[in-house]
Amino acid sequence: MRYPIIAAGLFATSLPAAAQDTPVLTIYTYDSFVSDWGPGPQVEARFEETCGCDLQFVGAGDGASLLSRLRLEGARTDADIVLGLDTNLMSAAADTGLFGQHGLPEVAYDLPIAWDDDIFVPFDWGYFAFVHDTTRTPVAPGDFVALAASDLSIVIQDPRSSTPGLGLLLWVQAAYGDRAGEIWDGLSDNILTVTKGWSEAYGLFLDGEADMVLSYTTSPAYHLIAEDDPTKAAAPFAEGHYMQVEVAAKLASTDVPELADAFLAFMVGDGFQDVIPTTNWMYPAVTPDAGLPEGFGTLIQPETALLYSAAEAVKAREQALPVWQEALSR
Amino acid sequence: MIRALPGVAAALAVAGLTLGTLVVVALRAEGVARLGPGDWAAIRFTLVQAALSAGLSVALAIPVARALARRRFAGRGVLITLLGAPFILPVIVAVLGLLAIFGRNGALSSVLGWFGLPPVQVYGFHGVILAHVFLNLPLATRLILQGWLAIPAERFRLAATLGLAPRDVRRLLERPMLRSVVPGAALVIFLICTTSFAVALTLGGGPRATTVELAIYQAFTLEFDLGKAALLSLVQVAICACAAVIALGAAVPAGFGAGLDRMIARWDAPRGWRRLADGAIIAAAAAFLLLPILAVIADGLMALGGLPAGVWKAAGRSVLVALTAAALALALALPLALLIQRAGRFGGLIEPVAYLSIATSPLVIGTGLFILLFPVANPVALALPVTAVVNAAMSLPFVLRALMPALRDAEAAHGRLADSLGMTGWARLRYLLLPRLRRPAGFALGLSAALSMGDLGVVALFADPAQATLPLALYQLMGAYRMDDAAGAAVLLLGLSLGLFWVFDRGGRLNAAA
Repeated sequence: MRYPIIAAGLFATSLPAAAQDTPVLTIYTYDSFVSDWGPGPQVEARFEETCGCDLQFVGAGDGASLLSRLRLEGARTDADIVLGLDTNLMSAAADTGLFGQHGLPEVAYDLPIAWDDDIFVPFDWGYFAFVHDTTRTPVAPGDFVALAASDLSIVIQDPRSSTPGLGLLLWVQAAYGDRAGEIWDGLSDNILTVTKGWSEAYGLFLDGEADMVLSYTTSPAYHLIAEDDPTKAAAPFAEGHYMQVEVAAKLASTDVPELADAFLAFMVGDGFQDVIPTTNWMYPAVTPDAGLPEGFGTLIQPETALLYSAAEAVKAREQALPVWQEALSR
Repeated sequence: MIRALPGVAAALAVAGLTLGTLVVVALRAEGVARLGPGDWAAIRFTLVQAALSAGLSVALAIPVARALARRRFAGRGVLITLLGAPFILPVIVAVLGLLAIFGRNGALSSVLGWFGLPPVQVYGFHGVILAHVFLNLPLATRLILQGWLAIPAERFRLAATLGLAPRDVRRLLERPMLRSVVPGAALVIFLICTTSFAVALTLGGGPRATTVELAIYQAFTLEFDLGKAALLSLVQVAICACAAVIALGAAVPAGFGAGLDRMIARWDAPRGWRRLADGAIIAAAAAFLLLPILAVIADGLMALGGLPAGVWKAAGRSVLVALTAAALALALALPLALLIQRAGRFGGLIEPVAYLSIATSPLVIGTGLFILLFPVANPVALALPVTAVVNAAMSLPFVLRALMPALRDAEAAHGRLADSLGMTGWARLRYLLLPRLRRPAGFALGLSAALSMGDLGVVALFADPAQATLPLALYQLMGAYRMDDAAGAAVLLLGLSLGLFWVFDRGGRLNAAA
């Protein structure tokens, strides 16, 4: 039986070469961050100018899948940094014990909330919203009740694999509490499909498969600025909009801790932050010197911002997830 | 005589891989988790969709099989051969083909659009059923067709001589046959559909269309709740084992007696509109089964040249996994077969070990292996070897079934001569058995390699997107709505699966010592 031996040899060669001159910084992040049009390529080029290292982004599904991937790999993971968790996942992420403290000096964040955490570093933020095409859907519903009563089709993301999906779960929970089940019952016939991640859902919407998609209030800025297309809009909801603060953190097991710290410091500086608005299409955590791009002024500004603290979010998720599953499995 | 040790080792390896992982999983599940409403919904969905898929496949297969049984036309043989192909057709390619025809932007929706009708929706419950019927209708047709062809030709000739109407033929000949064949066929398809993963993963729409197999994957990869994954694994094994036991028990002998075993023209075949109806049924079935695949090929051939480098690398990894899995499956099956043959009456006790993998599922074995590996290694780095091992275990029953008859024949025909010559051990294997096993071994290797090539199961559990196999890369392309690249990758996958099967099957026939 020669095959297994040959195979074993070939499997072994497919592993990355261990000994290399330049240190490698491996960052696990979500898929859209590393896509050609996402922030990944520019961030990589800019950081590599100064770090004398090889920065490697690894796309691992959507935000919540990142955490699962890390739990699967445990302390033997190759990742040095995870970029793309959010406040809703912070508590669960901290509980794994896989993350180390960042040791950054105090940063003057431009976040709508006060930030003080010694593991997680925020890099951008935004509000969740349902996005629609004004040529196909001229009048959008103004709250969840109206959306549920309409015959509009929507695409949402799975809260177990996607941070926007989890954001929507908590949005409904924060706005309706014990009545969340009713809202999901009402929404269930509007939901065309539940995708694993944001990219799949937004792709379905752009292909015309659904009338609305769960995304961000900032998403229309992409169409306006990058495509000169003013037809996409976010629907303001009377309940208020749930907020997302996206964070990164260093793995305790990293073999390049100084490099990881250097990246986190770079991340809250101009070189990273001024890429965010027009590639990740979110609000930067620290507004760059040049300010926000022009099209951002046209975006809706929610009157009420909803957000659970990291500790509350865990409890709210535990409560809301079975309700969501039950309503949608009927 | 051939030493028993390798056979015993193979049997222990298989038992360890199936029962051993199950024990590991059961220990992990104990007292950890309880089934939530979502899990009960998954169990309900698994049973309902499997029952419906089996019922529909069989109900549609009956008219097709009847038409094929009583009509003779050019291309009939090719069509019947093609009905065997879906067995090695990668499920994900089938799904892509169905999307090309029945998807929202597919051919059917375009046709409906000409008449001002809304496009059809393929994601969710009915999409899962559609895919299962597509994948299992050929199997059902073949099983039922065998039933028809097993009715001795003399019975039909007698019916024609007596001037029986089609209604009487149905009552006297066809219904008793169907009663004996259909339950078994339906149960086999039910069993296949209960372990459905790739279809539910790609076409299932969230919690509404989640199979238990998919729920294991979600508990594992989305929530990393090993306790729940383990508990769901036990549920999955219970469902499979029940279905397998019932399926084995459902085979009822038909009792038509023996005929002269001749192929004859069916004089009794009704003419007139029934002839046209049979033609229409065959044409519709052929169109339903062939158009999706042709659509993928048509879309994909153009994209083949421009495929991203990652897809070609994934293809290389998949071929490697497939070859390893096939070699492993044969390395397990051959000693097992020799042991079963040698053990004579006691062989019947060993043989079921090889079929254990039918009653468990790839994701259950994968979960068990993960629990074992996690404390000592990074399981994600071992994704490909684990996939090869699990794929080998899953194809073992087919490999063994291919080898056993040839081995029995060889021993029956030449065994005593070999005994009298004192031909034992390696010499017996080399000069007596291996030459006679060459054809079935080639077929078995081909089958095993093709099944492994197209498998999207356990690899998704351990997935490292950068180390994806071709089916997983194809799934990722579909997820990103890069449909052109996905179609190109599908053509590549289809070509490699059929190619691997052909090369091995052909290799077994070439220069086979008679």
